[in-house]
Amino acid sequence: MIPEIGNFALILALLLAITQGTLPIIGAARGIPSWIALARPVVQGQFVFIFIAFSCLAYSFVTSDFSVLNVATNSNTELPFQYRVAATWGSHEGSLLLWVLMLAGWSVAVSVFSKQLPDEMVARVLGVLGLVSVGFLLFMLFTSNPFDRLLPAAIEGSDLNPLLQDPGMVIHPPMLYMGYVGFSVAFAFAIAALLSGKLDATWARWSRPWTTVAWAFLTIGIMLGSWWAYYELGWGGWWFWDPVENASFMPWIVGTALVHSLAVTEKRGSFKSWTVLLAICTFALCLLGTFLVRSGVLTSVHAFATDPERGIFILGFLVVVMVFSLLLFAWRAPKVGLGGKFDLLSRESLLLANNILLLVAAGSVMLGTLYPLIIDSLDLGKLSVGPPYFEAVFVPLMTPAIFLMGIGPISRWKQMSLPTLVVRLRWAFGVSVVTALIMPYFMGEWKPLVSFGLLLAFWVIVSAFVNLKHRLSNSGHGGLFAKLARQSRSYYGMHCAHIGVAVFIIGVTLVNGYETEQDVRMDVGSQVEVGGYSFQFNGVSDYVGPNYQGIRGDIAVFKNGEFLRNLHPEKRTYNASGMTMTEAAIDTGFLRDLYVALGEPLANDAWVVRAYHKPFVDWIWLGCLLMVIGGFLAVSDKRYRLKIRKKDEVVMKQEEKAEAEEPADAAEVPASAVASNPAMATETRKV
Amino acid sequence: MKPRHKKLAAIAAGVTALSVAAILVLNAFQSNLVFFFSPTQVMANEAPVGKSFRIGGLVEMGSIQREDDSTRVKFAVTDTAEVIPVVYTGILPDLFKEGKGVVAQGKLAANGVFQADEVLAKHDENYMPPEAAEALEQAAKAQKASLAQ
Repeated sequence: MIPEIGNFALILALLLAITQGTLPIIGAARGIPSWIALARPVVQGQFVFIFIAFSCLAYSFVTSDFSVLNVATNSNTELPFQYRVAATWGSHEGSLLLWVLMLAGWSVAVSVFSKQLPDEMVARVLGVLGLVSVGFLLFMLFTSNPFDRLLPAAIEGSDLNPLLQDPGMVIHPPMLYMGYVGFSVAFAFAIAALLSGKLDATWARWSRPWTTVAWAFLTIGIMLGSWWAYYELGWGGWWFWDPVENASFMPWIVGTALVHSLAVTEKRGSFKSWTVLLAICTFALCLLGTFLVRSGVLTSVHAFATDPERGIFILGFLVVVMVFSLLLFAWRAPKVGLGGKFDLLSRESLLLANNILLLVAAGSVMLGTLYPLIIDSLDLGKLSVGPPYFEAVFVPLMTPAIFLMGIGPISRWKQMSLPTLVVRLRWAFGVSVVTALIMPYFMGEWKPLVSFGLLLAFWVIVSAFVNLKHRLSNSGHGGLFAKLARQSRSYYGMHCAHIGVAVFIIGVTLVNGYETEQDVRMDVGSQVEVGGYSFQFNGVSDYVGPNYQGIRGDIAVFKNGEFLRNLHPEKRTYNASGMTMTEAAIDTGFLRDLYVALGEPLANDAWVVRAYHKPFVDWIWLGCLLMVIGGFLAVSDKRYRLKIRKKDEVVMKQEEKAEAEEPADAAEVPASAVASNPAMATETRKV
Repeated sequence: MKPRHKKLAAIAAGVTALSVAAILVLNAFQSNLVFFFSPTQVMANEAPVGKSFRIGGLVEMGSIQREDDSTRVKFAVTDTAEVIPVVYTGILPDLFKEGKGVVAQGKLAANGVFQADEVLAKHDENYMPPEAAEALEQAAKAQKASLAQ
């Protein structure tokens, strides 16, 4: 009964989604107020029904209703409660339901937090979101219904993949989907702008916080996936350039470009068409990611079932979305206009260079990810592209982009003189070069690549502080704290995210440069030396877990002969599936991780043991976390909470008020220019 | 220089930079392609010598031999038609089992033994790597054809 209610709720949600995707858009085009007004209630109704469907599925999982095919194939009576709940989105069908639930949730958020937007705009945005929802609901109902029955019912389910029975996996998919789906809001804003032909700084101000939040969630999702791979797969790597990882990384790169391009559109009114195109591309890449992951064309933990029908549906949906959006773009973009002009050296041009670098990087990742699939589908043979390709390409492409991260925030909009820039940054450059040259000696050995990586990281950090110092000296009177408090949150957000990138680079550089990995055969009582620590193997013991049989190793760690702690890596064999899993044991520290995992048993109670010393590895995820915090800080900026009236003059006035509180580089604009061109004066002050 | 010339110079510089990037990308791409061969193809000398490639198929029953004093392990990969001996040093993935599908990456030594430096993990017991599945299928087809003759 419950599954039927869920199924019925899904169908009702589809009908509401169709209504949401048609009437408000038509209403906005024809100017029919009652149809426009329909958007908000329909969105909220759709959310309610999808939520009911989701709850029904969760209920079936919790009560182990094995007459539902999805439950029978992905759950088990022995499965602990929290993983039965998580199994709701652990399968292909369930994860799609999570996707539409997220989409409905984001739509409701748009309908609630859009009081200051014109009603037609809201109607169009929600309408586009409705159309996306229609696509996914149709996909679910026709190819992957989570409520399909299994008759006769199974007596016992065949378990959730043990790899997914992990706290990290419980939250990784929801976070990643929050990101993916969030970009559909950015996409909807872009399409709405094209439909209305009104695309200006105000539009960018509306869509920017949504995009930043989506980007932040996608960052968390990718970070959790990487962290999970590190401790759960038992190889101690944190990124493998696996097609599935690339599938989420491509929208992230283009999304990053979009976040920066939106900044230009909001502040200067330039790059409008470019921003719209990026929003469309980001969303298309999210769909492409879903296609790659869900269609089973890839060998991975995410490819649940190889069902060509599903792949074709998503691919078809992707093609429809792309063709429709790009046609609309070609038709409408000329109306959107070009926006303000800028000099060869200005913040705009630097951000443009950053955008191009990011897109080339995304393109090269795409080449490496899709090429094997294309060759295979053309029957030209089977091949794969190794991680060395991605490393060889990605690092040189990102190097200039990271160098620009130091310059961009310091440059002024519109035009910047090179000498001023050099004077302002020469100390920052000197300090980072010297530190980067000296630092590796403290790690024990000087390596050119480590020095280079550190140079990039220090450059970003030092130039951020130079920027802050300069900004403070220009923000009027008062003590240091008064000045600090006067800076906007989006300003701190930007630097927080940039420093996050630097911290990430430090982590990657040091772990690649100084990690020690050893796979060794260990007798009971024998020791092995790894990165200045000795690991002593004290044998293994058996134990019984809730739904598995475990073998627990006992390894004592010593530093300079002094006992540090015991580590207990495990080998688990799950009852239902008979699958064996390695659970690594990790001693986490701020400056290093110690990582041990059990390999295979050998004769005489000896084991093959994997022992790693990973310096600074946690900085990789710490850096991601800082980027996320930066994103949320930027969104909490008060200018997004101001009631924006529909007329630009009001916006301008408020801006001026805000800027009176946070003056920036205005001091350097020649007074004559300000006097002769008041409009320009306002523009230049918008930093 | 006039502003217009400046702009042209900037555009030229941008295009040059992009072309250099494209050449670097394609070059790195070309040298990092890893091709896949089935045991039958390897036996027919289709696989490159001295270059890294992938083989796939089933781990032959009873072929796993672990050396007790090191982490070296020997096994054989078969597509049911031909058998390739493989040597690997290190820890095998959890789902590596006799009679199950496997993909290994490495080089073919002169003595015909495949020196694997990577044995790929599958994530699900019942899941067969597509490469391995196809190798088996091809071998089965070839056998049928030879029986029919």
